[in-house]
Amino acid sequence: MVQLTLPKNSKIKAGKVWPKPEGAAHVREIRVYRWDPEDGRNPRLDTFFVDLDDCGPMVLDALLWIKNKVDPTLALRRSCREGICGSCAMNIDGMNTLACTKGMDEIDGPIKIYPLPHLNVVKDLVPDLTHFYAQHKSIEPWLHTVSPEPPTEWRQSHADREKLDGLYECILCACCSTSCPSYWWNGDRYLGPAILLQAYRWLIDSRDEATGERLDNLEDPFRLYRCHTIMNCTQTCPKGLNPAKAIAEIKKMLVERHI
Amino acid sequence: MADARLSASRPLSPHLMVFRFILTMAMSIVHRMTGGFLYVGTVFVAVWLVAAASGPVWFARVDGLYQTWIGRLILIGLVWSLIHHAIGGIRHFIWDLGYGFEKKTADRMALFNLVAGLVLTALVVVVATLFG
Repeated sequence: MVQLTLPKNSKIKAGKVWPKPEGAAHVREIRVYRWDPEDGRNPRLDTFFVDLDDCGPMVLDALLWIKNKVDPTLALRRSCREGICGSCAMNIDGMNTLACTKGMDEIDGPIKIYPLPHLNVVKDLVPDLTHFYAQHKSIEPWLHTVSPEPPTEWRQSHADREKLDGLYECILCACCSTSCPSYWWNGDRYLGPAILLQAYRWLIDSRDEATGERLDNLEDPFRLYRCHTIMNCTQTCPKGLNPAKAIAEIKKMLVERHI
Repeated sequence: MADARLSASRPLSPHLMVFRFILTMAMSIVHRMTGGFLYVGTVFVAVWLVAAASGPVWFARVDGLYQTWIGRLILIGLVWSLIHHAIGGIRHFIWDLGYGFEKKTADRMALFNLVAGLVLTALVVVVATLFG
């Protein structure tokens, strides 16, 4: 359901302003969403000051600098720090992106950082992605075949392999799905851009033999057709992919199946 | 898993209030609003036609109401809604055919929709003022 405001327990209060690093020549102001499951208080926005001469250039560097030097209780997910694992997806400067590939110099003014939008918060910048992963599982993201397994690998022509370009690069960081207003209001039933891009990745795979069943599963007013081409997914994807186009291709496949 | 009481009290992360208000998203909302307004507007047009069919007295009453400045403002809003929503419909038709999904193209289409809607509405107002 459309709910434009946050529930009472989710309203963001003013937070702590942490001291500026002493003797720092270049300081950057960073405001970070905080929520501690154990203190019984509402979420708040803490203000930190990062010494740029002592810190790497990316937003993730700043967050880790804060965790190491200012407040070790700051919770966030990160792993590869090079945009391939998708762990550090968060809302930075109003757009969902990866903290590790977002340069601080790309942002004007204080850097505002929130968890991925419209998810339950586990702690600070760590949202609960259980439902997102369950939705991914629901599209059965693996090769389905009925033909006898070939002695070596399932072969594919270069042209067929190229159809997976722009799809296989998806790292399932959930930036696109959590940027989508339709997913905010109907995420319980709508699969969202990331999962639909993954669904298309298997639909278009020349080796997959379950195209019909996959389309049957998607032909649903909520699972697929809650996409209204709002385009936030494509605008925000940190990997430069195009979930909106993938969804449109699925819709086209469904139309073509009927004519 | 951890304490169930803790997960039940988990806050919802901010969404609309922190996400950047980008052009394509704004235009999606405007498309919906104009669509909604067309429902209401159609009732106004129907009332006007029924009044016209009910004789000169009723027509003068309803038309007089529509000719007030607030009535005119609503009618101009209705004209804009119709034009804007029609161009938006074409934009969605292009998308349904599988084109126009590149970020730059989508931004340009959204901007064109906005500008063309306003320009054509102004044109209708000018023509209606000169010849109406």
